[in-house]
Formats: sequence, structure tokens, C-alpha cells
Amino acid sequence: MDFAASFALVLPELVLTGTGLALLLVAAWGGDKAARQIAIAAAAALFVAGILIVPGLHFGTDGPATLAFGGLLKVDSYALFAKALIYLSAIAALMIAPPFFASPSAGTERGMRAEYPVLVLFAAVGMSLMVSANDFMSLYLGLELNSLSAYVLAAILRRDTRSGEAGLKYFVLGALASGILLYGMSLLYGFTGGTAFAAVRAGLTGEMGTGALFGVIFVLSGLAFKISAVPFHMWTPDVYEGAPTPVTAFFATAPKVAAVALTARVVFEVFGGQVTAWQQIVMFMALASIIFGALGAIGQENLKRLLAYSSINNIGFILLGLAVANADGASAMLVYLFIYVAMSIGCFVALLMLRDEEGNLYETFTDIRGLSVTQPAIAWALLIFMFSLAGIPPLLGFYAKFVVFQATIEAGLVAFGAIAIAASVIGAFYYIKFVKVMFFDEPVGVVTGKSEASHWTLLGLTALIISPLGYLLTPSLADLADKAAASLFLAV
Amino acid sequence: MLIQAIAFYFFATIVVASAVMVVMARNPVHSVLWLILAFFNAAGLMVLLGAEFIAMLLVIVYVGAVAVLFLFVVMMLDIDFAAMRAGFSRNAPLGLLIAAVLLAELLLGVGAYNAGGLTLGTPDGTATQAADVSNIEALGALLYGRYIILFEIAGIILLVAMIGAIVLTFQPPKPGARARQDVGKQIRRRPEDATVMKNPEIGQGIEL
Repeated sequence: MDFAASFALVLPELVLTGTGLALLLVAAWGGDKAARQIAIAAAAALFVAGILIVPGLHFGTDGPATLAFGGLLKVDSYALFAKALIYLSAIAALMIAPPFFASPSAGTERGMRAEYPVLVLFAAVGMSLMVSANDFMSLYLGLELNSLSAYVLAAILRRDTRSGEAGLKYFVLGALASGILLYGMSLLYGFTGGTAFAAVRAGLTGEMGTGALFGVIFVLSGLAFKISAVPFHMWTPDVYEGAPTPVTAFFATAPKVAAVALTARVVFEVFGGQVTAWQQIVMFMALASIIFGALGAIGQENLKRLLAYSSINNIGFILLGLAVANADGASAMLVYLFIYVAMSIGCFVALLMLRDEEGNLYETFTDIRGLSVTQPAIAWALLIFMFSLAGIPPLLGFYAKFVVFQATIEAGLVAFGAIAIAASVIGAFYYIKFVKVMFFDEPVGVVTGKSEASHWTLLGLTALIISPLGYLLTPSLADLADKAAASLFLAV
Repeated sequence: MLIQAIAFYFFATIVVASAVMVVMARNPVHSVLWLILAFFNAAGLMVLLGAEFIAMLLVIVYVGAVAVLFLFVVMMLDIDFAAMRAGFSRNAPLGLLIAAVLLAELLLGVGAYNAGGLTLGTPDGTATQAADVSNIEALGALLYGRYIILFEIAGIILLVAMIGAIVLTFQPPKPGARARQDVGKQIRRRPEDATVMKNPEIGQGIEL
């Protein structure tokens, strides 16, 4: 094993880990006063790590040269695509955090905790490892590194009981899911005699025994929890509502990307020889997520809960691309992921901007009545995001749904595509309700405060990507997604 | 062979006996001490099997950390052990049932393995034996060679766990209210600052 080459392949992770450790020392000596500088340094490290993966992403890398540490990790185009999304989401989570923690709604006396950026960095390292895992052991360790940081992030507002409840719920259910996943992995190990993806795949050829089938189901269930797909979604609304809003924005983007990318890699590279076994499971989860996500959101009064159901709904569409089980479907899934991340960041930034002059945050439907009069810019941005989430042309959300449906129909899964389209019409109800409340109701005028420049920047940027101008991105986005999906199918 | 057999029965008897004493001892601190004895003898059994690494783990992890943790719990938490034991005879059938189920599972597993047809480990059922290396060396070579990256990630995970515990529990001192030790102040303090001698009349109180 060539250690120099291996370490060169994981250079972005090394940069992030090293910066995380150094910033931890700064946090220990500087205290919470240094939190903002630490956040800037952490965002810079994520940016550097992002720059490091650009050449590989642009030219495409696959084959044996991408295997690090004797095949424990695989840094191919697919992993790099997911990493780029993860780093971008993490930077956004760092950018939006300081104003939130300084607001009276957060209930902290001294603003942001200095450990927040450090934990985000370590979570990013964990997610990077997840998406480049090529062995069940590296998969599990990456997943745990990410989850453990996430539990702490959810509970980071100690004085807020909702935050504590969110952290505890996430921790208990997450530990249960990890246990299920681990049990599935040990079953697969027992019946195939290996933990490396290639070894398990080689052991899963031909008729699959009951034990191995249980292993497949348990692994998929554990992963479904991490991406909050129905029927393992029950934690999502509670955790999203209770966690501090920047943390919720982080949960809705980066860990989702990582877990979806991981699931796709596992089903194609490990269970690739048993498509009939996993396809029906993933298809069920996809349709159930789309339907339950759409139905559950109706009647929600809290906007964060509503966005939680919306994310369940979107995960359904992403899984629909996965359930197609070919390179087109995988590519459509990646395109959808990118657009979903942009929409989610935009929505949550807009939520964070709903504040009054003292900086108190508002997060229910009653508070945004008539927002178009008091805060027209935020209202119009939210209109773009909501119409895009509903999949209304000419916004970019329409393109995301379009590529997924196209892949579904071309693979001959017309009936499933039809169900998904019908459910997305139900989903449109609450997205449009958002717009109706903002534009046609009597203004209540509680949202009067000014927002920070970092929020405006992110809001403008995401709105620009989602607007019809975003279609200029689609050729290069489709190209990158195709390359990434192709490297996923090299092993098949 | 004879010495091995004697050693085995010696260790095994003590393990079983001290395990019984863990349950029977009236004083919970004694229970934990019996548990430590059981761990030590189990480590002896592992050495007999040639698994010296597991023997060391038993002593270091179980005796060194887990048992001490138990002792802390027993001694520092206010647990009413008498109340916990009150339902012993009532719950005994349930306990026996669970024990019987566990025993049956164990027998079933061993029986199924002996009957053949089950392969564990590598697909052909043979785990490769490292030649001429002690298993500590073999494990070390894997852990610090092939799996070094996983080992390092595990270290980071433990670090994150520690950060998490501190972030969620640490109460920073309030500004102004100093609860910290000031060594200089302690040394400067003289007996006459802190103590007074009084010689009160019998039957009279004193005023301080």
C-alpha cells in the first residue's frame, strides 16, 4: 500500500481535520469571543478543501488510482461530486450561524459557541468519508463521526428545552438506526466473509439466502433512517423544529447529501448483483416518502416542521431516481440533490431573516401573513423557492423533477412515475399556501428587523440559482452528474 | 496437558463461583469486587486459549475501566439496593426463563455449527492463521498498517464525543463570581486572620 498516494487522495479531509484540531485549540484559549473568527477560519478551510477537489471533479477520476488505503476509501468522481455539495452546504451553515446565535431567540448570553464551527468541520470530515467509503468499516466510522457531531449540534442551545429534546430524540433514534445498520453489516459479513464492498458483492451472487437478504434489508433500513425516508422519518419534524435553525439548515442539506450518496453507492456497488432485491425496497421508500411528505405537511403551522416534511417529500423524488437502477437515474438523482440543496439553503436563510427589530425570530404561518408588504424582498425570494419546490416551470425545481421523471419513464416504470406526479400535485398545495399567506393575507407586520449581509448574499445567490437563469448551469451540472454516475457504474 | 487442565479448572471454578457471589453478595461494593475477580480469572482462561490480547483487554478495559466505573456508580449514586432486591423471589421465574432461553440458544448455535453446513469467517470456513507471530503483533500490524486510517478516524470520533460532553455540560463561571483557587491568597492567609481564641466563663455563651 502506497501511503503517500493514499494521503494525497484524502488531502481535503486532512486539511479539514487539521484545521478542526487547530481551531479547537483556538476555541479552548479564545473562548466564545473568538467564535466568529473560528467560523470564518472553518469556512475558509472548507473552501480550500473544495478547491482541492475541483481538478478531479472537472476532469473526472475513476479506476484503481482512486482507491486509498488498500481499498478502504474510493475517491472517484462520484465521491467528489457529493463532497463538493457537502462542503458548500457546510459553508452555508457556518455563514448563517453567527447572527442567529446572537439573536435573543437563541437565548444564549454570549452568542455562538466556539465549538459550533469545529463540530461542523468534523461533521464534514465524517460526511466526506461516508461518500468515499468503499468498505463497510469506513462507511460506519464516517457515519458515526457525522452523526455524533450532529447530535451535539442539535442540542447546542443548552438553555432551550426544545433544542435539548431535539438532540436527545435524534441521539436515541440515531443510535437505534446505527445498531440496525451495524446488525445488517455483520449479517452481510457473516454470510459473505468480507467487509470490503467488492468482497460482499462477490459473495452476494446468485440466489441470495435469507440471512443475506436480512442483511440487505437491515442495511437499507439503517440508511433510510439517516436520509429520513418513510417509514423511518418520524424523528425528522421534531428534530428539525427543535434544533437551532442554522443547524436545521445544515441537517436538511449536507448530511442528506452524504447519506443519499452513500445509499446509492451501497445499492449499486454492494447490492448491484441483486437489483430485484433492493429495487422494490427503494421504490417503496421513494413513493411512501413522496406521499407521506406531501400529506404530512398539510396542516403544519410551524414553518420548520413544514420544511421537514418538504425534505421528506424531496428525498422521495431523489430515491425515485435511485430506484430506476441505471446510470440515467443516478445522474438524475445527483442533479436533483444539487438543486434540492440550493432550495433548502434558500428556504432556511429566508426563515432566519424573519426577525423583528430586537432580532426575535418568527417561524409560524401567522407571522408571515402579508410579508410581501412589509418585507417584499424576502417574500419574493420565498415565492421563488416555494414555486421551485412545487416544481412549477420555469424555475429550476421543475428541471430537477423533470430529469427524475424522465429517467423513471424511460426505464419503463410509468406507473410509479404517475403516482409520484400525482403526489407532487398534493405537495403543491402547501407550497402555494405559503405564497397565498405571504401575498394575499392582511399584513401582521411583526417581521420588521434588518438582516445581516451574509444572509442577503446567500438568499440572493440561491434565488439566482433557482431562478430561470439557473438553466445556464444545467449543461455543466448534467455533465458533472453524468461523469459521477458513470464512475459509480464502473464496478458493475 | 495436566497442568493446563488443572489451570483451566482452577480458573473456571473461580469464575463461576465469583459470578455467583456477584449476584448473592448483600453489599453492592462486594458484588463489584467479586466481579473484578471474575474478570481476572476469565483473563486467565483467555491466556490458556492463547488469546493473550483478549486477556489484556479484559484486565485493562473491564477491570481497569468498567469495574471502576461500577464502583463509582455504586458508591456515589444514591441507589436503594434493598428496594431493588425486594422483588427477587417474585421475578425469579422470569429470570430463570431468560437464562433457559439463553442456554438453549447457546446449545442450538453450537449444535448447528457442529452439524456442519455453516461457514463462519472466510467463505471456505478457514480463517488464515498468521505464522510465527503472536496475536498481539498480528493485530498491531493490521491496526497500525492496513487499517491505520480507520484507527485515526476512531480517534477523531472519540475526540468529538469528548467535545460534545464538554459543550453540553460545562458551565462557564459567571463573570465576577470567582470560584477559582487563588494559591497566593491561600498562602498569604495567617492563622490570626481565621481563628480566635476565647476563654468563656462556665455557663456563659460566647459572641463571635
